[in-house]
Amino acid sequence: MRKVCVVSGGITKFAKANLNTQEAMVKDAFDYALNDLNGRLDIKDIQSTICTYFSDHFESQLLFDSLTQDYLAMCPRPSMRIEGGGATGGLGIRAGYMDVASGLSDLCLVYGFEKMSEVNTAKGNEFIALASDTDFDYPVGGFYSGYYATMAMRHMHEFGTTLEQLAKIAVKNYENAFHNRWAQKHEHWTVEGVLNAPMISTPLTRPMVCVMSDGAASLILCTEEWAKKLRPDGDYVVITGLGCGTDTMRLGDRPKGNVIPLPGEDSKKYDYLKGQWPGVHSFRGAREASRQAYAMAGIQDPLHEIDFVEVHDAYASSELQTYEDLGLCLYGEGGKWVDEGGPYVNGQLPVNPSGGLIACGHPVGATGIMQGVFTLWQLQDAMAKHCSDPELGYDGNKIQVKGAKRGICHSHAGTGTYITVNVFERPE
Amino acid sequence: MTQVYNVKPLQVGRHYEIDYIHSYGEVSDFFLGLKEKKLLATRCTKCGATWLPPRRDCGKCGAKTEWFEAPQEGKVHTFSILYFAAEAFLPEIPFVLAYVELPGIDTVFLTRIKGCKLEDVYVGMPVKARFRRLVDWTPNDVWFEPTK
Repeated sequence: MRKVCVVSGGITKFAKANLNTQEAMVKDAFDYALNDLNGRLDIKDIQSTICTYFSDHFESQLLFDSLTQDYLAMCPRPSMRIEGGGATGGLGIRAGYMDVASGLSDLCLVYGFEKMSEVNTAKGNEFIALASDTDFDYPVGGFYSGYYATMAMRHMHEFGTTLEQLAKIAVKNYENAFHNRWAQKHEHWTVEGVLNAPMISTPLTRPMVCVMSDGAASLILCTEEWAKKLRPDGDYVVITGLGCGTDTMRLGDRPKGNVIPLPGEDSKKYDYLKGQWPGVHSFRGAREASRQAYAMAGIQDPLHEIDFVEVHDAYASSELQTYEDLGLCLYGEGGKWVDEGGPYVNGQLPVNPSGGLIACGHPVGATGIMQGVFTLWQLQDAMAKHCSDPELGYDGNKIQVKGAKRGICHSHAGTGTYITVNVFERPE
Repeated sequence: MTQVYNVKPLQVGRHYEIDYIHSYGEVSDFFLGLKEKKLLATRCTKCGATWLPPRRDCGKCGAKTEWFEAPQEGKVHTFSILYFAAEAFLPEIPFVLAYVELPGIDTVFLTRIKGCKLEDVYVGMPVKARFRRLVDWTPNDVWFEPTK
C-alpha cells in the first residue's frame, strides 16, 4: 500500500440552520481547504472524490452525491458515496485512504455534509432512531438518547460512574469549544448547571447531549509525492493507522465475554470484568477498531504514545465509555480518569480539544470529517490560525495541544455499530 | 397550496408521507406469539446461543435456530426514564425504557416498564411480562411490570 497523506481541510461553521443548499455548504468547506493551500492545488488535479452523508430522510434528496459532485465541478471523475450512520465521516476517510493507498487515485477529495434543520428536532430524532432496528427497537424506544441513557445507567451500576463525572465531560467540551470559532455552541457551563438542566433521558441532561446541526467538512488526501508538492514546508500529516469495528444493531444482543486485548496487552489484566464484556456498557467495535489502528501505527501504550484524541462524543457518557475502549484507562475507570484531569487540554491526554460534538455540533455526514480536520489542524500547530476570532475573544492557542505529533480521530455510529479509529501523524 | 416560511432565502413547505406493507418474515412467530401471551425466542441448534428477539440464523455461528418459549419473569438490566422523544412518541412521554434479563436468555430484551411510578424502577428490579389483549403487531404488545 502507498503512504497516504492529508494536506488540507475545511469546514463550514456548524449551525442550527444553514440556509444555503447542501451543495453550496460543501463548496464552502472545499474552498476553505483549497484556500489553505495558497493556490498550489488546481482542482483539475483532483482525481477522485468520496462523498459522505447520512440520511436520505433529512436531505429529502436521493443520490445527493451526484448533485454535489456536479456542483464541485468534479464530473466525470470517479466518486462514491459512503454511509454508515454517525461513523459516516470516519468511514469516508477510510474510503479515501483506500482510494489513494491502492493506487486508484493520487489525489482524493473527501467531503461530507448533513442538513438537519429542515425538520423539527423531535422529527429529526425520529429520523435518527430509524437507524435502530425498526422491527424490535424503534417501536419501543424510538430515541437514541434513550438508548445511550440505558448504557450510561449500566455503566454507573457496574462501575460506580457518577453524574458529576459525566457533567465534567460536558463542561470540558464546552470550555474547549469556547475557543473554536467553528463550534455551534459558545457557552460556559458548570457541573451544577449541567446537572440541573432539563432532563432528556435519565441520567442525561440536555447539555450532555449533542444537538442537530447543518454543516459540511472536507479533507484532501493524496500521495506523499503530492503532499510534498502541495505542502513544500512539510506541513502535512500521514495516516499511519486505520481501524474499523462493528457490533450488533440491537444493543441488547451484544455478547458477554472477554475483552479484546490491545497490542501489547495481557488479556489477564481484564480478569476483573469476569467475562461480562462488552455487555451494554462498552463498545466492542471501538475496542476492535483501536486494536487494528494501534497495531498498524505501532502504538503499544496509547496513553503515552498519542498526543490527543478527537472522540465522537454524541453524549458525555459515550465519551467516557470510549476512553476505556481506546485503552486510555481501564474499563470502569473512565470516571476516575476524568476526576484526575486526564482528558483536559492540559491533562494527560487531551480528549476533544476542539469541543467535540457536544459543543461543535453533529451534522452527521460531516462530523467524522470535521474531526479529521481538527486533527489535521492540531498536528499543523494551526488551531490559532484557523479557530481564533479575536473580536469574539476566541483564542485557538488555548486549545492547541503543544508539540502534538500524533492524534487520532474516532468516528462512531448507531449504538456502537460502526466505529472507525484513524491515526494521523506528522511526517518524520 | 405551498406554505411559504421565508422569502430570501425562499423557504417553502414540502410534504412526504408513505405507507409500507412490511413483512416480519422469518420472525413473524414472535409477533404472533405475543397475541397468545407467549415470548418466543430461538436457540441455536449448534452452539446453543439463545436469542430474544429471535433470529432464524444464529448471530454467533450462523447455524439454524429453533423456537422455544422464553420465561416471562426476569429483572431490569438497565433502564432510563425518557422525558423527550422522537415525534412519533411525544404523546407517550415520560416513560421507562429498559433492557430486561430473562433466565436462560443470552440477550437482554428492550421493553417498557409500566405498572409502577417512574422513579421506583431500579437496576435489578424483578419484573414480569404483560401482554396486550388488543394487539397492534409491534413489540409493544409486550411490556414488563414489577413482579410484586
